[in-house]
Amino acid sequence: MKTLADLRAIKEKAKQNMASREKTAKYRIIVSMGTCGIAAGARDTMSAIIDELNKRDIKDAIVTQTGCLGYCDQEPMIQISQASKPTITYGKVTSEIAREIINEHIVNDKVLTNYVFNLS
Amino acid sequence: MRELSLNILDIVTNSIEAEASRVIICIEELHRDNIFRIRIRDNGRGMSREIQKKVLDPFVTSRTTRPVGMGLSLLSQAARQAGGTVAIQSALGKGTTVTAEFKKNHLNRAPLGDIAGTVVNLIISNMDVHFYYLHQTDFGRFGFDSYWIFARMAEQDCSVYELVEPAKEHIKIKLSAIQSNG
Repeated sequence: MKTLADLRAIKEKAKQNMASREKTAKYRIIVSMGTCGIAAGARDTMSAIIDELNKRDIKDAIVTQTGCLGYCDQEPMIQISQASKPTITYGKVTSEIAREIINEHIVNDKVLTNYVFNLS
Repeated sequence: MRELSLNILDIVTNSIEAEASRVIICIEELHRDNIFRIRIRDNGRGMSREIQKKVLDPFVTSRTTRPVGMGLSLLSQAARQAGGTVAIQSALGKGTTVTAEFKKNHLNRAPLGDIAGTVVNLIISNMDVHFYYLHQTDFGRFGFDSYWIFARMAEQDCSVYELVEPAKEHIKIKLSAIQSNG
């Protein structure tokens, strides 16, 4: 039977594990998860992203969530940000397209321009 | 929304916005009483009585980006179309409980859907929050909480992402054991 102190230690270790990954991550993948995103399938998009990162054994990327980006008809939307590079926003990202984006943008460092969302 | 598990994901986002550190998601499927109940309880900021009365209205929201908040009104609509109701109980500084009740066998009751996906997504996206998910049917009950994932991260020294599929599988197995055809 674990004591409260044991549980606190476990949680602290988990948080540190996550924090160190966040600090060293080269890529931040941000999934829009407002009501519009959720309704359009963002949960499944996020699952596909995580699954693809696991499959490809990609350890230098983290996945986070944000609220509605204001372009609800383009949901699900994801953003990929990298230090000293412009953040790329992709729109209408289904689970399949998310996997394509991980493979091209993250693995091959190639922006998939046909899925990129432009304000214009 | 297509599945009630997506409404749950949406509502729990409200709890996170309200700075909850603990969230309980309780699902009860009572065949005998024909009730399907979802209860989401948090220890966040809570709401005043005045706001509580109006909060199901999509134009009543704490959002600042735009004056519309659809989570509770979509849940309320989903409940109404399945012969059910949504009730809000809240106290400022204490927390909020959202209870959605549906007629279980109503033709228009949306399916629960991928609750495992919702619960695991919430845990890994909010590592500071303690989630407890309880599911009860006429055949039994089971619980799952954040520590299932935290403990394995500590034991196996692996990343949280590697535990996503095992956690979902675990929930699905426990769930099928308490469902009528499981």
